[in-house]
Amino acid sequence: MTWFLRNWDQVAVALGQHVMIALTALVIAFAIALPVGIVAARRARVYAFAITIAGFLYTIPTLAFLALLIPLVGLGRTNAIVAMVAFSLVVLIRNIATGIRGVAPDVVDAARGMGMSARQVLLRIELPLASPVIVAGLRVAAVTVISVTVVAAYVNAGGLGTLIFNGIAGDHAPKIWSGALTACALAVIVDGALALVEHHLARSSAA
Amino acid sequence: MLAQAWQFLIAHPTQFVTALGVHIALSVAALTIAAGIAIPVGIVAAHRPRAAFAAINVANVGRTLPSLAVLALVMPLLGTGFLPSLFALSLLALPPILINTLVGIRGIDAEVVDAARGMGMTARGILAKIEWPLALPVIFAGLRTAAIQVISGAVLAAFIGGGGLGDFITAGIAMMAVPQLLVGAIPVTLLALGADYAFGALQRRITPRGLRAG
Repeated sequence: MTWFLRNWDQVAVALGQHVMIALTALVIAFAIALPVGIVAARRARVYAFAITIAGFLYTIPTLAFLALLIPLVGLGRTNAIVAMVAFSLVVLIRNIATGIRGVAPDVVDAARGMGMSARQVLLRIELPLASPVIVAGLRVAAVTVISVTVVAAYVNAGGLGTLIFNGIAGDHAPKIWSGALTACALAVIVDGALALVEHHLARSSAA
Repeated sequence: MLAQAWQFLIAHPTQFVTALGVHIALSVAALTIAAGIAIPVGIVAAHRPRAAFAAINVANVGRTLPSLAVLALVMPLLGTGFLPSLFALSLLALPPILINTLVGIRGIDAEVVDAARGMGMTARGILAKIEWPLALPVIFAGLRTAAIQVISGAVLAAFIGGGGLGDFITAGIAMMAVPQLLVGAIPVTLLALGADYAFGALQRRITPRGLRAG
């Protein structure tokens, strides 16, 4: 505890890096998953194909994935972000597609009957109504990228894992505690915050 | 590169077989311990709303914890090696199995259970003949998730001296020796994919015919 208090600035820097890496990966993954998920919601074969590929990527063990990327992209943050994007695709695509599919067909029909274009139906009806399910996917993806970022410190991406690895290498328990507990707290807080968003959206779209 | 990896592999056969054996032993043992705890706890808690609520919440928090953080936290407490790794991996495998056991049993249509009770079945009979078979596919899905997580986590056990295929990866990264890293990364990826496939196939087989979709 004294180490943590005396070196909180070091922990804060690592935490800042951690959040930035995780957030970057999440934004990129979402930008890929959104169009794929929208198409997959309407075409069963696209859905099956996308989920099979993304599911395959998701199954690869974290450290193995980071290692396999070394010959391709080397060490560092790019490596970590590519791996994290690959890991979060499956849950994002699945939730975006099932969320859109779960919108009641008569609601979509009514919107179309009011003269809305396909684009308007998507933006004003389908995506807002699917938002609780989409946020549920984002929540799982966020926890995943936070977890992967811890490991990614081993391929020199920075973040809280750096404290853990330095602590293990130097047999310095307070460093390990500080890095590991901060990472756990980050995951739990982000998960809780997104759960609140999810419930809020579910309430407002049900009303 | 693959040829070099293959050469490294045939130059170190015992080392590889040992690492593979440790990896599988670690994964199977952690999964067995976690299932041995989470399934009975889940069954007992499923019938007690407050216990179920508490268990789901604890498991949900447990599920969010980064694997490496859990492994790292165990090290200052229990030291390094196989057993501390096993302990950490068992902890990591608990939440998905517990959640799925609870969800599987609680998700059963109340009318089905009522009908069984009306036919004069005891609580034990209902558990054995109704709840268990109906919840089994869901429990199995939890085991599948846990298995993948444990195989992936066992790679990280290399950091706390747990052995396994992660040793090749960490050494390979540390020395920037790509062939050596591949000797760890490729087999462990195949192991995870194989386990996922095997559990998926088993899951379909144990699903009662009436519940199978398509």
